[in-house]
Amino acid sequence: MIDIMTIFLIIVGVFFFFVGSLGLIRFPDALTRAHGAAKCDTLGAILILLGLILQTGFQFSTLKLVLVIVFLWITNPTATHAIARAILGTKEGDHKI
Amino acid sequence: MTNNLIIVCLLIGITLLMALYRVVVGPSKGDRLIAINVIGTKTLVLMAIISLILKEQFFLDVVLVYALISFTASLFIAREIRNKNKNVESAE
Repeated sequence: MIDIMTIFLIIVGVFFFFVGSLGLIRFPDALTRAHGAAKCDTLGAILILLGLILQTGFQFSTLKLVLVIVFLWITNPTATHAIARAILGTKEGDHKI
Repeated sequence: MTNNLIIVCLLIGITLLMALYRVVVGPSKGDRLIAINVIGTKTLVLMAIISLILKEQFFLDVVLVYALISFTASLFIAREIRNKNKNVESAE
């Protein structure tokens, strides 16, 4: 049962990774690429790590994985926001908005 | 379960190559920085999966430190792009 739930979570996470990378390739503009990549990437990483937590059981390494999830959830949107603000100052960001 | 995890590693590797395409081709610095950020997150997940495959606990410490370094690098490169652009504008 736990194996099935793990496989389900990991498959959904890999799907979100794939969609994020597709957006990174196909979108026309730097800001839209930031939009697509950041969200799909955060959600995919967190789903896969949740699947790994189910697989490890209750150990000390589970605590480390939870710590990684909390850290990713805070830092990934922050980094993308900083990058998007940097892009907005350049010429490419100016004439599109 | 280990075989399934190895297959997942290969699939994540394919998406990593897709992000690497944007790093190589990307027309502006911002595109490359976004793609590098995505690659950092994917590498982190890959290392967590490999720690489960090899049953090594210390890989998770590497994952934590890698997350810290990747976040700091992204912030500072973004700040560098912003500052450089401000200098160019004030010079014009």
